[in-house]
Amino acid sequence: MSTTALLLTMAACGLVTFLIRLSFIAFGRYLPDDPRIEAFLGYVPPAILGALIGPEIFMLGGNLNATPDNPRLWAALVALLVARLTRSVLPTIAAGMAALWAIQAWLA
Amino acid sequence: MAALSISLPDPMFDGAPRAEFLGGVRAELPLLLGVVPFGLIFGVLGLAAGLPGWAVVLSSSLIFAGSSQVVFAQLWGGATPPPVMVATVGVVNLRHLLYSAAVAEYLRDLPWRWKLLLAYLLTDEAFAAAIGRLRDGPATAHRHWFLCGTGFTLWSGWQLSTLAGVLLGTAIPERWSLDFSIALTFLALLVLSVHRRSDAWAAIAAAAVVLPALALPHKLGLLVAAGVGIAVGMFMRRFDREKP
Repeated sequence: MSTTALLLTMAACGLVTFLIRLSFIAFGRYLPDDPRIEAFLGYVPPAILGALIGPEIFMLGGNLNATPDNPRLWAALVALLVARLTRSVLPTIAAGMAALWAIQAWLA
Repeated sequence: MAALSISLPDPMFDGAPRAEFLGGVRAELPLLLGVVPFGLIFGVLGLAAGLPGWAVVLSSSLIFAGSSQVVFAQLWGGATPPPVMVATVGVVNLRHLLYSAAVAEYLRDLPWRWKLLLAYLLTDEAFAAAIGRLRDGPATAHRHWFLCGTGFTLWSGWQLSTLAGVLLGTAIPERWSLDFSIALTFLALLVLSVHRRSDAWAAIAAAAVVLPALALPHKLGLLVAAGVGIAVGMFMRRFDREKP
């Protein structure tokens, strides 16, 4: 696609993101105060993060690999354990990367 | 209506704009440890996905939301129709509605230019570092400068690290698998966003559905998977032990 299309798409993505962030700051008193909407919004982060993580772990170079010989699966499990214990981003990244490198070195 | 602050200026607590701003900068700095590698990797990944370097750098100020920028680059590389790209980026960033709702009461009396600026700066990390000060700190007239400090610090770190990633480009060998750290960042954020059983079910359902859903036309897979995850979470809510 053309440079113009890329710029316009990116600008539209930026505008949507900005309007989401502006919503309650600017128009809070006009927005519905409904507990069902609040409940719905509460499930957006886990659902979207789950959907983002799935392919990162199980799709490598466009191929599905959901078998135990996928190193990313084991590294992700190590990271999940560390994330639950520490509830912190940095140790999770460190443990997951270390686990992946160790498994890759072991398999090499 | 003009700002009608009933809090008395207390010399001990009424932080001057400068002090509040610097407080925000200090609160944000530790978070940059996680943000800078993410920015570097996004720069590298953006190029690998087929975006021109200027577009990768520009997306960091125009979209300014890391996980959705990664998704943007992936979808662009897959020749996705622009409306689907905009909708997917919107859904990925929908959680910012919660942040907007949480900070709104503290910014209510500010002029429009402040509301626009702080809305632009309202990212995961800027919010996380500022909400404690806004909610629990003294209700002074200049407390929005704290959020400005966290937001500005994050913005600068994100721009510079993206730029560095683009400049490094292909210098990072692929066998280091650095792209995996993006999945790990999402994983850590996911664990932090799971408070109830039903949250975990929402994530598991979305992760299970996304793999077959990737085959859907027009790259609709991510949207569909997120929708299914939210629906499963809403359904499983009735089985949560404590009511939210």
